[in-house]
Amino acid sequence: MKGGVLLKGAILTVGIYLFLKLALPLFTAPLPASLIFIYLALTVTGIVIFATLSGQSTEAFFGPISRFLSGEGQTGAMKTARLLVLVLFPLLVGWQTYSSTAPSDQPPAENRTIHPAPPGEFVGLSNPIPNTPENVMAGKGLFAAFCSPCHGNFDGKGPAARGFSPPPANFVDPGTIAQLQESYVFWRIKNGGVGLPIEGMPWKSAMPRWEVELKDEQIWKIIMGEYDGAHQKPRTWE
Amino acid sequence: MKNHGGHPGLIASLFREQGSLIAGLSLLIALLGFPLAGLAQDAASASAAVAYRDIPQVGGSRNIIWVVAQQHLLLAGFVLGVPIFAWVCEIVGWKSGEKRYDKLAKEFTKLLTSAYATTALFGGILLFLLIGFYPKLMTYLTDIFFPSFVVYCALFLLETVTLYLYWYGWEAMQGGGMKVLHLFLGFLLNVFAFFIMIVPNSWATFQASPVVIAEGSALARAWAATWNPTWWPVNIHRLIANVVLGGFICGAYAGIRYLSATTAEERDHYDWMGYVGNFIGVFGMLPLPFAGYWLMREIYQYNQQMGITLMGGFLSWLFILQAVLIGALFLGANYYFWLGITHRIEGAEAKYRKPIMAMLVILLLCLGVWMTPHSLVASLEEARKMGGTHHPLLGVFGVMSAKMTVVNLMILVTFMSFVIYWRAGKEETATWAKVAKAVMGGVLGLAAIVVIILGVWGYFVPAIVRINYFSVAQVLIVLFVMLTITPLTALLLRSAKTTTEMVWGRMPPRAGYALVMNAVMVILLMTLMGYARSSSRVHWHVYGVMRDSSQYAYSPALGYAAVFMSLNTFVFCLLVSFIFWVATMGDKGKSAEVSGKGKMPAGAVPAMAGGSQKLDGK
Repeated sequence: MKGGVLLKGAILTVGIYLFLKLALPLFTAPLPASLIFIYLALTVTGIVIFATLSGQSTEAFFGPISRFLSGEGQTGAMKTARLLVLVLFPLLVGWQTYSSTAPSDQPPAENRTIHPAPPGEFVGLSNPIPNTPENVMAGKGLFAAFCSPCHGNFDGKGPAARGFSPPPANFVDPGTIAQLQESYVFWRIKNGGVGLPIEGMPWKSAMPRWEVELKDEQIWKIIMGEYDGAHQKPRTWE
Repeated sequence: MKNHGGHPGLIASLFREQGSLIAGLSLLIALLGFPLAGLAQDAASASAAVAYRDIPQVGGSRNIIWVVAQQHLLLAGFVLGVPIFAWVCEIVGWKSGEKRYDKLAKEFTKLLTSAYATTALFGGILLFLLIGFYPKLMTYLTDIFFPSFVVYCALFLLETVTLYLYWYGWEAMQGGGMKVLHLFLGFLLNVFAFFIMIVPNSWATFQASPVVIAEGSALARAWAATWNPTWWPVNIHRLIANVVLGGFICGAYAGIRYLSATTAEERDHYDWMGYVGNFIGVFGMLPLPFAGYWLMREIYQYNQQMGITLMGGFLSWLFILQAVLIGALFLGANYYFWLGITHRIEGAEAKYRKPIMAMLVILLLCLGVWMTPHSLVASLEEARKMGGTHHPLLGVFGVMSAKMTVVNLMILVTFMSFVIYWRAGKEETATWAKVAKAVMGGVLGLAAIVVIILGVWGYFVPAIVRINYFSVAQVLIVLFVMLTITPLTALLLRSAKTTTEMVWGRMPPRAGYALVMNAVMVILLMTLMGYARSSSRVHWHVYGVMRDSSQYAYSPALGYAAVFMSLNTFVFCLLVSFIFWVATMGDKGKSAEVSGKGKMPAGAVPAMAGGSQKLDGK
């Protein structure tokens, strides 16, 4: 079938786009456009690579495109279609360029640094509180009193969580506190959102500055209870 | 009065006739004058202890150093990487008796000799600029590293002498014992080159992870500073990366020569050279992620702050760019292997089309995971729907457990591409061939499954267990696969029957372009990581010891840095093109004499102009 490879490639690309855009959000949160773009770029690259492995398949893939664009022997509807493509495609590129550069009231896409580097005084600290069942329980109690309104049962789904964007961290997720050393968590609790450095901009964190209300010892206990409750272990080097 | 009246007229007519020339000259003088004026100003206001000098009129000291240092580093990477495989090729040629390997080794060395002087030139410029722009820092570094400066100079002398002997003695040292002597010179060249690399590495790594001792002799202080925590990880990482850079640049050189080849002999030779270049690049690329992982681990262990700045902080976006570039490199290298199967081996396409598709799909799925960031770039609306910039489902692909798993799988796929290429066109005749193939298939399948299991399990264990055991186990499994399948395949093919001869010079032009793309990707990668390594020191000249108090004590924004990375890549490509053009001038002269005073053979059209098909008669 002439144009078969090209057609299959086009169907595959559209199919993957529809899956990412419409089908996947039925089961989970919608994907941002940046991620869909990466996956589609990979799909198209894969199709082109496979289609150009041999001379024959290259011809089968690019042949219909070059014949269509060159207009050889075209009559009637095909001729009109070619003219339409030649006119509409540059317009589409122009529109895309315009819409991506024109001033807009929409805020720009975020690339916030979630885990900026901590200040020097917080590097290499270790938890001075002995890891005993009593201390862990005390830490969980403090967590319930001060942290759970936002962080819930360690899963970031406390009663107040829905009021925040970005939402409070989910400690059960292996991508949060499991990736961090205790000293880092100590810094984040103690200094809160206002203590984020410049590289953490935009400072979008409603985390209170707990050093105002809690003693260091209490913060260390909270950390202990937090890791235990989320079934995670802090990052260590030994 | 006449005379007085005559002069304005003369000047006016001069301006009318030579206006553009005068304007151009004035502009040139002004451009040259600006930096001189800047320097003069600095000199006039120089105090006893100048910490910084600058030439803001030509971009500022930091940007100048950025470009010159990066060019020097890229050239040095090439110059130190090429002797390794040039020497290996010479040994292969000597042991196997195949002259083409010797010719290839000589061609690699020819590129090396022409690049060597330029590398030294940029090294000299860099040194003068560093002394001029950063006198205080250079005084401090000299005070610590003076003993190694002396060693470095001695090494440079030895390297230069050895290179001259190695290159100019090539033809004279071809027979018998002289060939062994020549090979020994090649060995020495590599030994000196290795030390030439690791000595300056100690200076650069000291700036990132300094070890300063107040007491002891000058030698003891220099040695302590040299043996700093990131010295050996950087040494190993750079050694491998230099081989990758050298391999892919030689591949690109061969690709361009192939595209412009006008005779069948040239096309055969440069097609083969392109294959060897790509093979060397891939060979180095396979262990490179492991070396990078070790380096990052050491950085984290040395200083959590620096590690987070790199991998979790503002520099973490560079690693997404790195993933894209490495992804392009994996695709480019595999594509070139696959083109080799379908074009050099008649009839292989039908047999290997399905395995190639399977490998491509695995590679793309792995790349999908590899390129998925932990925190996604999302609009406000998208972030609201996701509940933050972390996607609840695909966000798990953003952490190291996923990345390590897919990179190991990509390495396995690339290795299998090479093995399939190796086996294509041959039929195993050994009685134990079926068993061997079953063992190889079993080892590969089992290894892939275990790598995936360890990757998934990695989410449920403490970070230290994943880092120290799971990741290491994944690496060892992949190495085990390579060390099992490579000798088994070699044994199998020893008694194999060739069913279809491999024909060189039949690759389509896109194969040449793929080789060029691979080289550009590697150069971009090195400029990217050069910025990352340097920026991880943030506002310190020597981390935690000597603060950067210049006006440039801030990290440039990522967009700004990306412009410089592109500029550095472009300038390096220009430099290398110029060097190779000069190096091959003599060849062109010779081939022109042979083919009739510069005329192309009848009907010969370069491959890039569609000549490939014409010469093939297709």
